[in-house]
Amino acid sequence: MAMVETHCARTSIVALAIFAASAACSRSTPSDGGGSSAIVELDYYTDAQGSAAWQKILDTCAQQTGVRIQRQTVPPPQMLPKILQGASSKSLPNLLFTDNPTLQQIASTGALAPLADYGISTEGYYPSIVSAGTYQNVVYGLAPGVNGLALIYNKDVLSGAGIPVPSTWDELKSAAAKLSKDGKYGLAFSAIPSEEGTWQFLPFFWSNGADLAKVDSPQAIEALKYVTELVNGGGASKSVLNWSQNDVADQFVAGNAAMMINGSWNLARLDGEKALHYGVAPIPAPRTGAKSVVALGGEVGAIPLSNKETQQAAAKVLSCILSEPIMLEWSKSHAYVPAKADVAAKLGEQVPAMKAFIEEVASAKSRSAELGAKYPKLAKEMATAVQSALTGQQSAEQALQRAQQAGGS
Amino acid sequence: MTSQRAAGLAFLFPALLYIVVFFGYPLFNNLVMSAQDYTVKSFYTGDAPFVGFANYAAVVHNPMFVRAVVNTVSFTVGSIAFQFTIGLALALFFNDRFPGSDTLRSLLLLPWLLPLVVSGAVWRWMLDQDHGIVNAALRALHLSHLLHPSGGPVPWLTSTTWSMPAVILTNIWVGIPFNLVILHGGLRAIPDSLYEAAALDGANAWQRFRHVTWPLLRPVTGIVLMLGLVYTIKVFDVIMVVTGGGPANATQTLTTWSYGLSFRDFAFGQGAAVGNILILAATGFGVLYARLARQSMDAA
Repeated sequence: MAMVETHCARTSIVALAIFAASAACSRSTPSDGGGSSAIVELDYYTDAQGSAAWQKILDTCAQQTGVRIQRQTVPPPQMLPKILQGASSKSLPNLLFTDNPTLQQIASTGALAPLADYGISTEGYYPSIVSAGTYQNVVYGLAPGVNGLALIYNKDVLSGAGIPVPSTWDELKSAAAKLSKDGKYGLAFSAIPSEEGTWQFLPFFWSNGADLAKVDSPQAIEALKYVTELVNGGGASKSVLNWSQNDVADQFVAGNAAMMINGSWNLARLDGEKALHYGVAPIPAPRTGAKSVVALGGEVGAIPLSNKETQQAAAKVLSCILSEPIMLEWSKSHAYVPAKADVAAKLGEQVPAMKAFIEEVASAKSRSAELGAKYPKLAKEMATAVQSALTGQQSAEQALQRAQQAGGS
Repeated sequence: MTSQRAAGLAFLFPALLYIVVFFGYPLFNNLVMSAQDYTVKSFYTGDAPFVGFANYAAVVHNPMFVRAVVNTVSFTVGSIAFQFTIGLALALFFNDRFPGSDTLRSLLLLPWLLPLVVSGAVWRWMLDQDHGIVNAALRALHLSHLLHPSGGPVPWLTSTTWSMPAVILTNIWVGIPFNLVILHGGLRAIPDSLYEAAALDGANAWQRFRHVTWPLLRPVTGIVLMLGLVYTIKVFDVIMVVTGGGPANATQTLTTWSYGLSFRDFAFGQGAAVGNILILAATGFGVLYARLARQSMDAA
């Protein structure tokens, strides 16, 4: 029960909070007295390491371009509501960094400026990140760094049990089962009922040849069955249903999981654990010789429409953030994969732990490339399907058929 | 007379203005929104075609609707029944002054003072299937097999059967102080002389409760239950933090569903429609309460 007023405001009806809040938030635009040399930037890097690293990048670019940057940070789930508030009160930030599958939603409103107008070219970028930032053939967003998922394993535990790093589904299943004992589990991943859960399921889904256009294909069903068996076979805790990716990292660090599927952004944290010796490998593929396909993650920078001068200033800052030295610096400090292939190769030489991620990102798929603005709804239905199958509420077939009906139309 | 009336209105004006701006306007907007095809695009362009009752129809025909209503009802009833009973028991307990009773009573307010996100996160942690303290305690007390036939750890948050009891449990804990405080206040208002008289008549503890405490506490009970109902029916944070509406929608209530429709599906019109249905239900209970309160006042 919530007796506190803030809760009343938030709970009674979330949708109407937008209106109330948008009125209160409209002051956040910079005063136009500063002319073109001040912009508001919005991002969701709220973790201590990521936030500090990003602040450094912004400081560098403010210095290089002479543009004053007023930074705003919101927790990831509040990013889109915040943008919508800004859109309805015509007070969008001048430069925003948002999760790439939401870019097309935002672009569909007509609130973003095409990057080509400011001479920002897509040359040298991974095609997947370009397609994630493209809406109706116009590029609206680009990223300095991207990320993906890989298998992170505890070297000591695996070698102690004499188990080689798994590279196929069968190997992963048997390794996970063997490593599960005494309240510890072989594998941890996230299957929460949100985009995070879908994003963690997609590597299994895509690697098996399934397609978002038809999420109840035999390949998709086989992938979901596989994940269900991983859990039901005892190789992973049932708690994957409640674990966010941060929780998964906690379990891994605490020694409760010998392997985890997680993103590169966790590496900085793992490096901080002196007693932990970890290795990184691509996510095991369905069969020998097959290649695993992960979803492309990370944030794209976009320039909302405001006025010419401010857009110009925002573009200058974005160009700076996308420049190769900054791209490399950001990727190193936040364990991201540079969005340009040749910069990524350079990083791979300097930071060996990133190699598996770089390899995966090269073939990663953009989540919204096929479905565009329809993706978020389907993603939610898929996360529910994974939960239904894992809890035994529905068979993999039934669960995915329902997802296809509810989200695919 | 008229100048007095004018003065009265002048004093009423600030409150009225506040209500219109902060409740009336958003409420009106939500009503309008529920009749519109409101998309992400609408936020920017302001363009949202009117679709009449199409959003309500879509929501009611969605298989999730029945499920969310059933979940909302069981969450509300389950939470209130226990919050109230435990709150009342504690209020009676603390009504007898004993050394340290004030300190203890203030400590019991703690759940109320904590941000719900914090309480939720801690409960989620305690209810963890493998490493949670709740299962560890059940195991130590040899109670696991009572709750879970296999005797294994109770899958509080990972099974569709147990997740609803788990969120209700959390919400009960959060709601006890509210019940305790109000009921305790009500108990204090009952004159001691009545108990003395009852004691002289030879009434035992149960009879004193049954014939003195309970009837005199009734107006306060009404308030507690009705406010509890309105607050519980719209609980969002606890469920969102503890289960996120999962697993597999097992704890999805009208509030979390409304949020999901708005901010995950971007079907803002439908989200608003679900919200309005909820407001309607809560208003219904509010009106009922107002009438009951008036009746009991008239009777008194």
